[in-house]
Amino acid sequence: MKYLKYLLPMAIFLVLVLFLGAGLRLDPKEVPSPLIGKPAPAFSLARLDGPEQKISRDALLGQVWMLNVWASWCVACRQEHPLLVEFAKSKTLPIYGLNYKDQRAAGLKWLADFGNPYTASLSDTDGRVGIDFGVYGVPETFIIDRQGVVRFKHTGPLTPEVIRTEIEPLVRKLNG
Amino acid sequence: MVKSSLKLLLAGVLTFVQGAAGANDAAPAVDDPVLEARMTAIASELRCLVCQNQTIADSHADLAVDLRRQVREMLQAGQTDQQITDYMTARYGDFVLYRPPFKTVTALLWIGPAAMVVGGLGALFVVLRRRSRMQADHFEPEDPDAST
Repeated sequence: MKYLKYLLPMAIFLVLVLFLGAGLRLDPKEVPSPLIGKPAPAFSLARLDGPEQKISRDALLGQVWMLNVWASWCVACRQEHPLLVEFAKSKTLPIYGLNYKDQRAAGLKWLADFGNPYTASLSDTDGRVGIDFGVYGVPETFIIDRQGVVRFKHTGPLTPEVIRTEIEPLVRKLNG
Repeated sequence: MVKSSLKLLLAGVLTFVQGAAGANDAAPAVDDPVLEARMTAIASELRCLVCQNQTIADSHADLAVDLRRQVREMLQAGQTDQQITDYMTARYGDFVLYRPPFKTVTALLWIGPAAMVVGGLGALFVVLRRRSRMQADHFEPEDPDAST
């Protein structure tokens, strides 16, 4: 009881340190997506490499697929790109690109220059489908399951760790 | 209160900066001032996710421009403020709201500051009352040199 007077402020201080310490580790740029566990927003967009052909969300039902949001003006996408090209070779799942607020010619040139990991890229020229997906920091990556439900989102460039510890196990689970 | 004074300060700084830069940012042509005012009112309650401490009304980020356009179009389509707010939270979560709803996850955020003030005042009150009941000899005597 006598020590309580001295121990209590110490305890309060330690709790505060724990909270502040945890706060330092949080990345305020990582905003949890409300889309997880919900059906992916509907879309119907022209293919980047063939504008006369459209791809819709419903056409992709029945398979586990990845949506990777990219743009030729996006510096972080260039940083991410070699990893994505490498990952595509493993044929873990089809990767669809969402060419976000970009010019068709610039997008096509970018793919020609740096390689094309995408099964197909969709042109979201005015960024509306991006808004529906809650895109705010390109690149972003979503995993969508067979029923068309969003299961995973990563904001910012993918890393080998994210692919190994999160994406690969999830895809295995969803396909299993 | 803090937000409004910050805005004033920001407005002051911006005026200064714009003056210095020769004000080459022309004001956008506004067709419908009433609609524009409503749009600004809604957008100033929404956080820009690219530049997180700015509202969508203030920000020049591409996404903020797009979202302002989105709000404008939804207003033109006759949607209510609530419908627009719901549209934004469905996509970006409660994080876009500068005044998030009161929920279990946000309870600490809303109650925390008030609880700390009440706790602090309570502790102060207890300590002061205990002291006022103490005998005088619990305290150190006054400096004897001062009285001589």
